[in-house]
Amino acid sequence: MIIKGGVVYDPANGVLGEEMDICIDAGAVAEAAGGPTIDARGMLVLPGGVDAHSHIAGPKLNAGRIMRPDDGRIGTEPRRGLCRPCTGYTVPNSSAIGYRYARMGYTTVFEAATPIIESRHTHEELEAIPILDKGALTLFGSNWTVMECVGEKDLPKLSAYVAWGLRASRGYGVKIVNPGGGEAWGFGSNVKGLHDPVPEFNVTPAEIIHELARANERLCLPHSIHLHFNNLGKPGNYSTAIETLDLLKDIVPSRDRQAVHVTHMQFSAYGGTGWRDFESKAPEIADYYNKNDHATMDMGQIIFGSATTMTADGPLEYANARLLHQKWSNHDIELEESSGVVPLVYIRGSPVNAVQWAIGLELALLTEDPWKVLLTTDNPNGGPFVKYPEVIALLMSHKRREEEMAKLPELLSKRSVIGSIERELGWGEIAVMTRAAPAHVLGLKEKGHLGVGADGDVSIYEIDPREVDPGSDPALVERAFTQAKYTIKAGEVVSRDGEIAGIPQGRTFWTDANVPEEDMARLMASLKEKFEKYYSIQMSNYMVQEAYLSRPVAVRAGVEVAQ
Amino acid sequence: MIQEDVVCSFCGCLCDDIRVETNDEGIVKAKGACRLGSSKILGHGPGHGRISKPMIRQDGELVEVEYQVAYDRAARILKAAKRPLLYGWASTVCEAHEEGVLLAEEVGAVIDSTATVCHGPSVIGVEEKGLAGATLGQVKNRADLILFWGCNPAEAHPRHMRRYSSNSTGRFTPEGRKGRTVIVIDVRETRTARLADRFIRIDPGTDYQVISALRLILAGKAEILGDEVCGISKGKLVDLVDILKKARFGAIFFGLGLTHSRGRYKNIDCALSLTAELNAHTKFMIMPMRGHYNVAGIGQVMAWEGGYPMSVDYSRGAPYFNPGETAACDLLARREADAALIIAADPASNFPRSIVEALAEIPVIQIDPYENPTTLLADVVIPCAIAGVEVEGTAYRMDGLPLRMRKVIEPVHPSDEEILKEIRESARRLPDDH
Repeated sequence: MIIKGGVVYDPANGVLGEEMDICIDAGAVAEAAGGPTIDARGMLVLPGGVDAHSHIAGPKLNAGRIMRPDDGRIGTEPRRGLCRPCTGYTVPNSSAIGYRYARMGYTTVFEAATPIIESRHTHEELEAIPILDKGALTLFGSNWTVMECVGEKDLPKLSAYVAWGLRASRGYGVKIVNPGGGEAWGFGSNVKGLHDPVPEFNVTPAEIIHELARANERLCLPHSIHLHFNNLGKPGNYSTAIETLDLLKDIVPSRDRQAVHVTHMQFSAYGGTGWRDFESKAPEIADYYNKNDHATMDMGQIIFGSATTMTADGPLEYANARLLHQKWSNHDIELEESSGVVPLVYIRGSPVNAVQWAIGLELALLTEDPWKVLLTTDNPNGGPFVKYPEVIALLMSHKRREEEMAKLPELLSKRSVIGSIERELGWGEIAVMTRAAPAHVLGLKEKGHLGVGADGDVSIYEIDPREVDPGSDPALVERAFTQAKYTIKAGEVVSRDGEIAGIPQGRTFWTDANVPEEDMARLMASLKEKFEKYYSIQMSNYMVQEAYLSRPVAVRAGVEVAQ
Repeated sequence: MIQEDVVCSFCGCLCDDIRVETNDEGIVKAKGACRLGSSKILGHGPGHGRISKPMIRQDGELVEVEYQVAYDRAARILKAAKRPLLYGWASTVCEAHEEGVLLAEEVGAVIDSTATVCHGPSVIGVEEKGLAGATLGQVKNRADLILFWGCNPAEAHPRHMRRYSSNSTGRFTPEGRKGRTVIVIDVRETRTARLADRFIRIDPGTDYQVISALRLILAGKAEILGDEVCGISKGKLVDLVDILKKARFGAIFFGLGLTHSRGRYKNIDCALSLTAELNAHTKFMIMPMRGHYNVAGIGQVMAWEGGYPMSVDYSRGAPYFNPGETAACDLLARREADAALIIAADPASNFPRSIVEALAEIPVIQIDPYENPTTLLADVVIPCAIAGVEVEGTAYRMDGLPLRMRKVIEPVHPSDEEILKEIRESARRLPDDH
């Protein structure tokens, strides 16, 4: 396939708005190729979109769907052409997730959190998502074995467990959610800060985070630790954010990437002592990022309207449900995690929601380097991923932000700085935040760029970046990004003008990390005891079987790779 | 040959520690399984009512035919029907469920599971309130108080109490049964009730009032109540709330006693609310005691495939969910369904009589390893391998935890998944005639 004459933005390779051809041969970008030609003259050509943090599969998703038949009705689409029927807005069915991402030009999406013991479910749903390449991040933050290894200061054993847990869950990277809090929530409490010991385990969240980061680098994993801070969602929590980031300054990345990825930073950039004096601390967070280079973040932008919050942060969801008088689902997972699901609505008239809206944008606009900030809504926590084009328009147009601010409470100007920010992001910066940076942050070398050898994933938008001024014409930008003219996955057109044109089965990335045999042997002795005494299933039935990944891609890592 | 850690395919407990011994004749031992489980695992031979060949009813008699003939007949029936119903699914694996949803899309059917006559009201309750749950291992390791409401695990889920709940031991529950308080609320003194520390008998149909009274007491509004609530003294209920509040980790398990007594989903709504409210005082979770081993799985598969966990109508091309209108019994009661495919269930034994009569009036396709009362009214009978014994695949435990069922012996018959795929392919080849 040859994509001819498009205006290409491929920031990873220093290409910013050049008119050039892209050739795809055997599913990958090549020097030359035959086959069909796509005329992309006057159109924006980008690498396929990459989402490094989105809740798209697993027990939480289904909990959301089951408790929200109201959401199911929104977004109902009958079976048509190649497409199976679709339902849902914030919690769509699996088919809809694949089609809707593909229509927007996205080709790779990573599920943000899977508990090891329920990962079979996560993979069943990932397999049911058409078109997309995907992977899942495995939860380790409140895990008994992790906390015991941390308490014993046994880094080799902890590394062995992380490697084993990734294999058991067929997971891609280390996710840490409110470390220690999930265990405390097992008896209905929480950890209050980085140095508040986890009940019964005598380790602190700080120790869990730091040691998991060390294990992550010892294993030379493709992705860094992926962290949801303690105290998330609470006024005044920005200090926890900065304290945690400081804690990780001494971590030396084992690969060319960050030492820590902080997810949905919007929910952790709060000032104030309560909801009455709630305010944005995005400037402080952005300033920290401008001065330090060891961390990346994703926005976690909120979208006004309906959302379904879902997280392994069980106590947070309980607090949400109490605060908002909403229905509440909770699911604690033996020896490993907690989790919860609460539907909610972000309202323009609410000063708190307005400030949250501003914080997400401020983080992206005040952080100078777009490689440090990924565009996300923490789908569907801040809002559904189908609203990414709205976020792009807001970032690219000061005028668009002013229009929105006019609908928000006046108090916003006192509690945030959003009104004073003139910066408008350019095409290249958007390409970084939605393509190049998420791929780099995840350590996916063949994603997020269009260099020779990259995956043949391309999105083409019917908008000419040389002619359209996004600042004054944000509606054109939003419309173009909502529906790609073409989405190409591994050299196959999968979506054209919003019509699904091909439904390939995507691949699933997971990380296969080796550790020295003696470390694994020591680990097995203590795991065996856990299965005999505490788990409710047998060890031999625990690991995700090969049958659950139809197209696996094992990324090699491990102690030997590191050496 | 000995196979360790086989997953039992009888009830929602999915015990995964069964030691199965096989020889040339089949399975000879299922060590560790309860009597219900071992009868299921051992009951695979021809002497156990297995259907040997596909059959089609001709002149009132079931006549043996080849598989392809049965597939084509099934496809024609479903395709010709205006309102086909695909029902059952509780005793097969998720891989078959996925095929079932595809078939529903293909022929524009209503697809529904046996949940509709067991924990369907629980699902509706969850839609109203959400569910504060946990995996069974949390109960094993943490619960010091267990309340069984309208369920009788000692007889219906025989290993539940020892493996997961009242008699299990775990990290924070080293004393097992001794360290726990077990309460049973039921309309009769069941075997589970006799094993409890405290049994509260309530009058049939008063669950809603009793739970509401507990919520009032918990909210500090006991003075609103009279001296008695449905025959139970107020003092007894105040005591009970006190016990619940003092627990370190409380677990409520409920069964059909709650879902199928007066109030139905409102009972569940009320119980889910009570659980959520108890969390203001201590840690509490609640769980439905799911019956068939994978009735939870069909709900999961339908939710990710179409957005809703049961009673989904695909006749308009898009999923439409409205239990009360689109549930199997609703459809049959209105004489709306004009054909039915019954798989991995026996509605002739479990549906109300008038609904079974409606089923008898329409063409019925049965896919099952065993003959059962539904066979008597079936027009096409397709024998399948026993999922979970002869076919591997996924099942979801009552707490939502998925396990991979093992293939213990080689099947003679095709799997549910293969049969459904053949019927769908046959249906695709037929022209649209409506």
